[in-house]
Amino acid sequence: MQDAAGAVVAFEHVTKRYGGPDAPPAVTDLTLTVPAGEICVLVGPSGCGKTTSMKMVNRLIEPTSGRITIGGEDVMSLPAVELRRRIGYVIQQVGLFPHLTIGENVGVVPRLLRWTPERIRARTDELLELTGLEPAEYRDRYPSELSGGERQRVGVARALAADPPVMLMDEPFGAVDPIRRDRLQNEFLRLQQVVRKTVIFVTHDVDEAIKMADRIAILQRGGILAQYDTPAAILADPASEFVERFVGADRGLKRLSLARVRDLEVIEPVIIHAGEDRSAVRRRLDGVAELDYALLVDADDRPLGWIDGHDLAGDGLIDPSAATPGAPTVQPETTLRDALSAMLSSSVQLGVVVDASDRVIGLVSVDAIGDSLRMHAVVERDS
Amino acid sequence: MTDDQLIDWTWVGENLDLIGEQLAEHLVLTGVALAFGAAISAGLALLIYRRRWLNAPIVQVTGVLYTIPSLALFAFLVPFTGLSLATAEIGLVSYTLLILIRNIIAGLDSVPADVREAADGMGFSAWGRLWAVELPLALPVIVAGLRVATVTTIGLVTVTALIGQGGLGQLMMTGLLRPGIFETMIYVGAILSVALAVLADVSLLAVQRALTPWTRARS
Repeated sequence: MQDAAGAVVAFEHVTKRYGGPDAPPAVTDLTLTVPAGEICVLVGPSGCGKTTSMKMVNRLIEPTSGRITIGGEDVMSLPAVELRRRIGYVIQQVGLFPHLTIGENVGVVPRLLRWTPERIRARTDELLELTGLEPAEYRDRYPSELSGGERQRVGVARALAADPPVMLMDEPFGAVDPIRRDRLQNEFLRLQQVVRKTVIFVTHDVDEAIKMADRIAILQRGGILAQYDTPAAILADPASEFVERFVGADRGLKRLSLARVRDLEVIEPVIIHAGEDRSAVRRRLDGVAELDYALLVDADDRPLGWIDGHDLAGDGLIDPSAATPGAPTVQPETTLRDALSAMLSSSVQLGVVVDASDRVIGLVSVDAIGDSLRMHAVVERDS
Repeated sequence: MTDDQLIDWTWVGENLDLIGEQLAEHLVLTGVALAFGAAISAGLALLIYRRRWLNAPIVQVTGVLYTIPSLALFAFLVPFTGLSLATAEIGLVSYTLLILIRNIIAGLDSVPADVREAADGMGFSAWGRLWAVELPLALPVIVAGLRVATVTTIGLVTVTALIGQGGLGQLMMTGLLRPGIFETMIYVGAILSVALAVLADVSLLAVQRALTPWTRARS
């Protein structure tokens, strides 16, 4: 099935007050337009009204004044329940239905929309596949049998089920550890390349905002829009002192989040498998000046660890147990900032670039990231 | 009948019809009480679910009903409804309410907030969410209440023998009132009543497990 592309979401002078007309607004006169097919990240400190703003789109919260349109249509023109079936919704705790199988969870909205069972089944399998979950393996299991990361992927698949033009995501990756978060973010960015939904994404994490956003809306207390622009523009030119402080003193370092591993030139690794001859590997390693380490991989080309060139003296076969484990892996979508952080915390300061199936694509070095920073600095001075 | 035998099997053999009749009556009394009790409790629990402030008054009233000694309750009802099936059932039903209502509410309250939020965000109507999400998830707690109510009611039915109902309670009371006390009738009534309670409890547990396969799925 051909997925429908995103629709423009527009906030027009939206205000939300809890309590009487004298109560301080949670969202103040918010006006912004999210272009179709883009990821708009709402970010700000707690109490800035970012979640309230997002929930007014599917009317889990109703605005006090102003209006919100999707594709030009006022969200108030439909019954709330029907509106919500047309908008994907992903929350931090995922909220899968524990009593339904994975397949049934993904099929919830299509069932509410009374699709035929065959159509629901086909769509469910399609989405499980799209989110990297083998349908035959996962369809009939219950949420309690899945890991946190797998559940979050099911949550995304469920939100996409009825092919909504708009997705709302409330801190969707907030409850997973940093390494898995990076992977889930990368997966979602790859998925978005395919589905091209209009996404409104809430987070309190500036780095996540910079990584995920086409546009960032920075909100301050009272739901006042402090700046709405692309990540690069916000980092280069914060509109106010608040934005500057919120983005952080390490703006220079944060700009590393604007570039990705795929923007770097990868180094061809010296790849070895268990049982190879030491002297042959030594010769290959000696042929590459910038590498002191060979990368040991398993039968499926997944990285196992580093073999130090100095340990390759003598003859005989490679001993897999001599490898230093814990080669940091990064993906093409990983930001340079996350890559740098992973590499600095490892003894061998090289990152192994892997694809979605964990197969080795190449290596990146700390030096390459430094070079890319210098180049950016030059470009900027000249521009 | 010999003195060293607890149960006079000859009497049992000759009175299978009577025993069967009382057992059937016991089952009917229990079944009717639970059916009415469950229906009234479901209605009241849904009221509480929609209007939370009703929780305290409803639980208090059913709580008071629950604390009235059964003998006193039946004695109190007789002037109004006589020595009738209605008297027995009013008493039996009123004892199920507190347990059932409290467990339905506790079951609904045990549904995680994120699951509720997801259901709202997906576009479930309020009733749709209750029916398709909250009730299934509350089922283990609701059935737990139903089991307690069932076992309690099966025991209480014997007391209604005092107002001319009572199922197996009739057997026990007749045995007790015979000159010299006829123990066989007491034993048969008591043993069958306990067996019935155990069987009902186990069956309900089996039904609950069959209806909630997800509670046993763990990675």
